[in-house]
Amino acid sequence: MNNIAITLHNFIIENFGIDINLSLAISYFLIALIFWSFLGVIGGLLTFLERRVAGRIQSRIGPNRVGPQGIFQMLADGIKLVLKEDLIPALADKPLFRMAPYLCVIGVFSALVVIPFSSDIVVADLNVGVLYALAITTMVVMGILMGSWASNNKWSLLGGLRSAAQIVSYEIPAALSVLSIVLITGSLSMQDIIRAQGAWPHQWFFFHNPGTFVAFFIFFTSALAENNRVPFDIPEAESELVAGYNTEYSGMRFSFFFLAEFANVFIISSLAVIFFFGGWQIPHFLISENHIITNIIMIANFLFKTFVFIFIVLWLRWTLPRLRVDQLMTMCWKYLIPISFICLCITASFVLFFGGKSMIAVFIGRITQ
Amino acid sequence: MEKRDHIETREEYRTKENEVQEWSAYQKLSDNVLFTSLDKILNLGRANSLWYLLFGTACCAIELMQTGGPRADLDRFGSVFRPTPRQCDLIIIAGTVTLKMASRIKILYDQMPEPKYVISMGSCANCGGLFDLGYSVLRGIDKVIPVDVYVPGCPPRPEALTEGLLVLQQKVKNEKFLVKEKKSI
Repeated sequence: MNNIAITLHNFIIENFGIDINLSLAISYFLIALIFWSFLGVIGGLLTFLERRVAGRIQSRIGPNRVGPQGIFQMLADGIKLVLKEDLIPALADKPLFRMAPYLCVIGVFSALVVIPFSSDIVVADLNVGVLYALAITTMVVMGILMGSWASNNKWSLLGGLRSAAQIVSYEIPAALSVLSIVLITGSLSMQDIIRAQGAWPHQWFFFHNPGTFVAFFIFFTSALAENNRVPFDIPEAESELVAGYNTEYSGMRFSFFFLAEFANVFIISSLAVIFFFGGWQIPHFLISENHIITNIIMIANFLFKTFVFIFIVLWLRWTLPRLRVDQLMTMCWKYLIPISFICLCITASFVLFFGGKSMIAVFIGRITQ
Repeated sequence: MEKRDHIETREEYRTKENEVQEWSAYQKLSDNVLFTSLDKILNLGRANSLWYLLFGTACCAIELMQTGGPRADLDRFGSVFRPTPRQCDLIIIAGTVTLKMASRIKILYDQMPEPKYVISMGSCANCGGLFDLGYSVLRGIDKVIPVDVYVPGCPPRPEALTEGLLVLQQKVKNEKFLVKEKKSI
């Protein structure tokens, strides 16, 4: 099993010769620290990126005063949010109010455990990776609902209830569309799913068969909705509910919600890349003898693809108007779920008749016969 | 009984002396290299992320929207709007304040967490302006909440409001955040 923490553990054991349990604890702690701070930085960077992209789209400039091209804007925001007064409303349910942002952050950041950056760099390649990723990100809804209820504010509560309905509904099409991928690979492990694909577009699951082709769009739409992003941002609709579930949150607690949302953008983009676009797979001629260089190329490839999807998410946010609540529910229950079932059936028949070969492989096989 | 307002007893004199000593200690501490440079960094961070409340009372709000728009982009200076007062550092009073609205503005201001700043935009918010003689108009928002920067004009152009924000940034940068200044001895 390729596990970066175990590799580090072996390294520590060989070089420092300390107790096995202690070394395990140290290596897992270090890896957790590295990955969490990585996602924290990515989340902060995305706030800056979003504002710059928004600026471009609205023919503005966006933040450009702090550091070169405003790259340190997130530091300025961070400093300010830490220094702000931590305000807890008098009538709020204080323990729940305090706990809610942490639940959100934990839910999103824990999904990073199963996301493989290269063939070697993954915190834990769980054999139920897909299930884990889908399940743990749902913890966000608990945080949102808890925070909205504890705020004792009508706008918050409305936002929280909308969010709960939305996330729970959209979990179903997301899971169903991923299920067609699982049908092809026969494994729930992220690494197995990536290894079943190739570096070139015709080897990706996106082009595997018509079922997966449509399933990608369903997955991406429902992932956006689960993340409460525009066009599905009714939980924090500014024109209806003041700021939705985080109306009463100020300072650092608010920034935790913010960070969770932007980290979630990274998570859903990377999940889309892993399931449908070949993950870290690189062409054969790029795999060199040097293990480290190969890994770096894989990570670069993975992050490049992920950032393309992040850009698409930001692009959608500043292009599309917001859906109404009933339209949102109609879209999920009447359209996305039946279509994802059909996709599942198409993929299943493809796997049954062509033995798991992709559409293009079958086509080329017919021609060359 | 004669009034003893200006005559100091011995004890009063001593406490005053102590206060003076404390004050000089404060000054020494606040002029310390470490504190000043840390203060500078923190103030830079605070000044460059003044989020303002999505709030306008009258026609100046149209200019406020323009200031957020493409020509005079407030986002360049790190200022974005937030819809809820809990996440704001700055409230821009844009337009005439009626007596009925004044109490609401007070509530909004009180809901903002510290440190918070106020820009009074336009003549009406500054002093009543055109509607000065109206029976229902508050003559200046500074009668209700403390104002940091007054932007004159009827209405002020987006450039003027941007200038107001820059002046406020200067004010924030020159504040002492870590060591509180003593107001009086």
